[in-house]
Amino acid sequence: MRPITAVTWKPLVNLPHTPDEVAGMLRRCGVSSAEDFFSAIPGRLRPEALNLPGALDEQEMLRKTRTLARLNSPLISFCGGGFYQHFIPAAVDAVASNPEFYTPYTPYQGEASQGTLQALFEFQSAICRLTSMEVANGSVYDGATALAEAALMAARITGRRKIVIERGVNPLYVKVISSYLRYCGCFPALAKAVSVSPESDALPEEADDSAACFIFQNPDFFGNIRDFTEAAAAARKRGVISVGSVYPVSLGLLKSPGEMGADIAVGEIQPLGNRLSFGGPGGGFIACRKKYVRKLPGRIAGETRDASGERGFVLTLQAREQHIRRERATSNICTNQNLCALRALVYLTLIGKEGFVSLAEKNASLAACVSEKLKKKGFGIENSGPFFNEFVLNLPVSAEKAVSGLQEKGFLGGIPLGRFYRGMDNLMLTAVTETRTKEEIDRFAEALGEMV
Amino acid sequence: MELIFEKSVEERKGARVPGGVSVPADIPPHLRRKEPPSLPQVSELDAVRHFTALGRMNFSVDRNFYPLGSCTMKYNPKVLEKAAEEEGFLSAHPYASVIAPEKVQGSLRLIYELEEMLAEITGMDAVSLQPMAGAQGELAGMLMVRAAHEAAGRVKDHVIVPDTSHGTNPATARMAGYEVVTVGTGRDGLMDYDEFIRKLGPSTAAVLMTCPNTLGIFNPAVDKIAAAARGSEAFMYCDGANLNALMGKFRPGDAGFDIMHVNLHKTFGTPHGGGGPGAGPVCVKEELREFLPVPRVVKVKDRFEVVEDRDGSIGRLSCFFGNFGVLVKAYAYILLCGGEGLELISEMAVLNANYLKEKLRRFYEIPFGEGCLHEFVLSASGLKKHGVSAYDVAKFLIDKGIHPPTVYFPLIVSEAMMIEPTETESKQTLDAFAEAMKEAAELASRDPEELRRAPRGAPAGRLDETGAARSLKLASLE
Repeated sequence: MRPITAVTWKPLVNLPHTPDEVAGMLRRCGVSSAEDFFSAIPGRLRPEALNLPGALDEQEMLRKTRTLARLNSPLISFCGGGFYQHFIPAAVDAVASNPEFYTPYTPYQGEASQGTLQALFEFQSAICRLTSMEVANGSVYDGATALAEAALMAARITGRRKIVIERGVNPLYVKVISSYLRYCGCFPALAKAVSVSPESDALPEEADDSAACFIFQNPDFFGNIRDFTEAAAAARKRGVISVGSVYPVSLGLLKSPGEMGADIAVGEIQPLGNRLSFGGPGGGFIACRKKYVRKLPGRIAGETRDASGERGFVLTLQAREQHIRRERATSNICTNQNLCALRALVYLTLIGKEGFVSLAEKNASLAACVSEKLKKKGFGIENSGPFFNEFVLNLPVSAEKAVSGLQEKGFLGGIPLGRFYRGMDNLMLTAVTETRTKEEIDRFAEALGEMV
Repeated sequence: MELIFEKSVEERKGARVPGGVSVPADIPPHLRRKEPPSLPQVSELDAVRHFTALGRMNFSVDRNFYPLGSCTMKYNPKVLEKAAEEEGFLSAHPYASVIAPEKVQGSLRLIYELEEMLAEITGMDAVSLQPMAGAQGELAGMLMVRAAHEAAGRVKDHVIVPDTSHGTNPATARMAGYEVVTVGTGRDGLMDYDEFIRKLGPSTAAVLMTCPNTLGIFNPAVDKIAAAARGSEAFMYCDGANLNALMGKFRPGDAGFDIMHVNLHKTFGTPHGGGGPGAGPVCVKEELREFLPVPRVVKVKDRFEVVEDRDGSIGRLSCFFGNFGVLVKAYAYILLCGGEGLELISEMAVLNANYLKEKLRRFYEIPFGEGCLHEFVLSASGLKKHGVSAYDVAKFLIDKGIHPPTVYFPLIVSEAMMIEPTETESKQTLDAFAEAMKEAAELASRDPEELRRAPRGAPAGRLDETGAARSLKLASLE
């Protein structure tokens, strides 16, 4: 085997060693070539040279990635379904592109990580304030896995195995929950048949005293604003944990999971200052009542004092986690979505208390206004009650066809609900956020009108 | 420093929300929250100063040597960040992949090509980029193990892990419903082969190994172990956290491993972000392809499509393609290095570790094995007689402007200090680190109290971890 160091010396951008230094270091180690370090790997297991393209310089590489990025065409989005385009203040990017935030590791060494730890503590605090909960973790992978982890958490709290899912929960989240539950002894129970407008917000009968939890979503997948206050109270009487999955932007306006009496609140932080980025990275949060904190998965920052009595922060309750508890941990999660959580914190800080309320009002009133406009054009709106910034359009043609026609005109029109539910082939889930201008909305309405 | 909430001033505003004056939405009072959420009210400058000040309280790769074992804290060239900042990548909605695939061909092609590159590097046949971190890659792997055994009608109840394994391995096995059987480590630092053979049986579902293991040692009997596992119809799983040692030198797929995950945020050009986001693609042999998570990107002639469901698949672990933004950086990194560059990187990572080990062995005990690859484990137990622990040495290094190594892992080494310098550090940096470690060892005998008081010049003095767990102040509420 030839060592690469001996035959080629490419000035690779990230390697500092000079050939002389390499020679000196090899001598110090008592070997004649770097190849000697790999002698434990038997010859029979050594591969041929990797069949990969040759190294590119920065300029060539950027040309290639830029070419790929430009194969994506920009679309004006009226699509949501858990992923929303919102305005992001420039200062979010400025803060998150500080290498002192994006190049450290997990803050296990508190004294060398106070910045990350205090930001985590502030993120947890902001999430608690949004959801009206007492504790929160420092993020998990995304909103869907947050919900799956919350279901497993409820199973640990109650010792029960049935996971009852209200029909308004995002169907992709339901798929992720099913994958997570598949082999761990828990099973999902989907409540009732599906229609766009909810018949009731009551606790489904499946949530009996054998259920670990009752999972609801607000606004629900169809955009409807729901109130599960009574359901949460009824669940508590049966010893069932209630878990509310929320779209955080709606919490500027809507009753929070905590106000409804839920035990656990989860959600996706992509809409809080994170780009769509083809679905990730965003992040999930899990917040809960303090009495359940020892069952909560993921990292948690806690306040403490240092040797001189000053306030400081550390990762706490680590005995829940895999690196200490191994097979008895609350989850296998280790790496989370820390930088995205930082973005969410900076976003919430910049938008601020009043701005956040105004943002939610704008989304709701704009969506109502667009739905009225489309109603006047003769389209049906399926939602019978109030909705937040997403609603279901009833089209005279198949929604798949409409969506592909809209795409030709530069719009990502919405989600054809026939993909998830039987009998909904003509229904399209459409979202409107503050990023859409009046002109874009007019053109969208026009394009839809021409379609049918 | 004050919390951002403590800097809040009523009526002060940061960013202006676009869209003119807001009209109150027509939502009935019983569906509204009682009070607005009490978010901070600060100006943009207040916010920027606050977070800039917080950043300065962190150690980071861009400012400090960060030899954190098992974490591969290399420096990643800035051009990778630039590659990921393309608007075409950032603004793509994930639903476009299924309702307007023609409009996201660039993202789909990138996914397809990166899967092929990782298959080549690992010696596997098929890859899913969906898992969002190593632990989720492991979960995908363990769910596939279980699905494949069930599809073949095999009843299995446990997995085997060496006692040097990462904590995620046993934690993940439990999430797939398996018990965990642990095998000890011999004096050579390798999994005890005889004990392994005794514990391997017809109900073993899988054997999880890290290559090289967490002591930095490569197991030359790996293919023999794999053959034994195969004899018991158990799958071989490779924890790829340590791939930075092996690129172009060893491909787990060639040695009988059936599944492996790769931590893109360790080996392939993605900074850790203070704990994430990462990406943990899972790579498998042909036999397990059908079980990979969905959705899958497929190539049809010259274009790319998305398959949302497939018989046999373990289903979705994320709504769409996981942490796509992280994947862009890994793709850019592999293009920048090329195959030969990756191999050179592994050589230099291993050279740096061996050089440091040579320099440190006079001051600290090396309890296992002679040879090491990209990392090694020292024991500070020799300092115990002075009342000094690995923890004290770690805190002392902070005062030297060095991020401490991983301490107290792996669990089988008392007072463990696990050191991974990575290939991007220069000889001068390694020499300075060795000097600081030597100073710590000497100080332990001369003035142990000094070590126990460290750090003294850091943004915080030694923090009371026990107190934090006792008082449980986990958020600032109202």
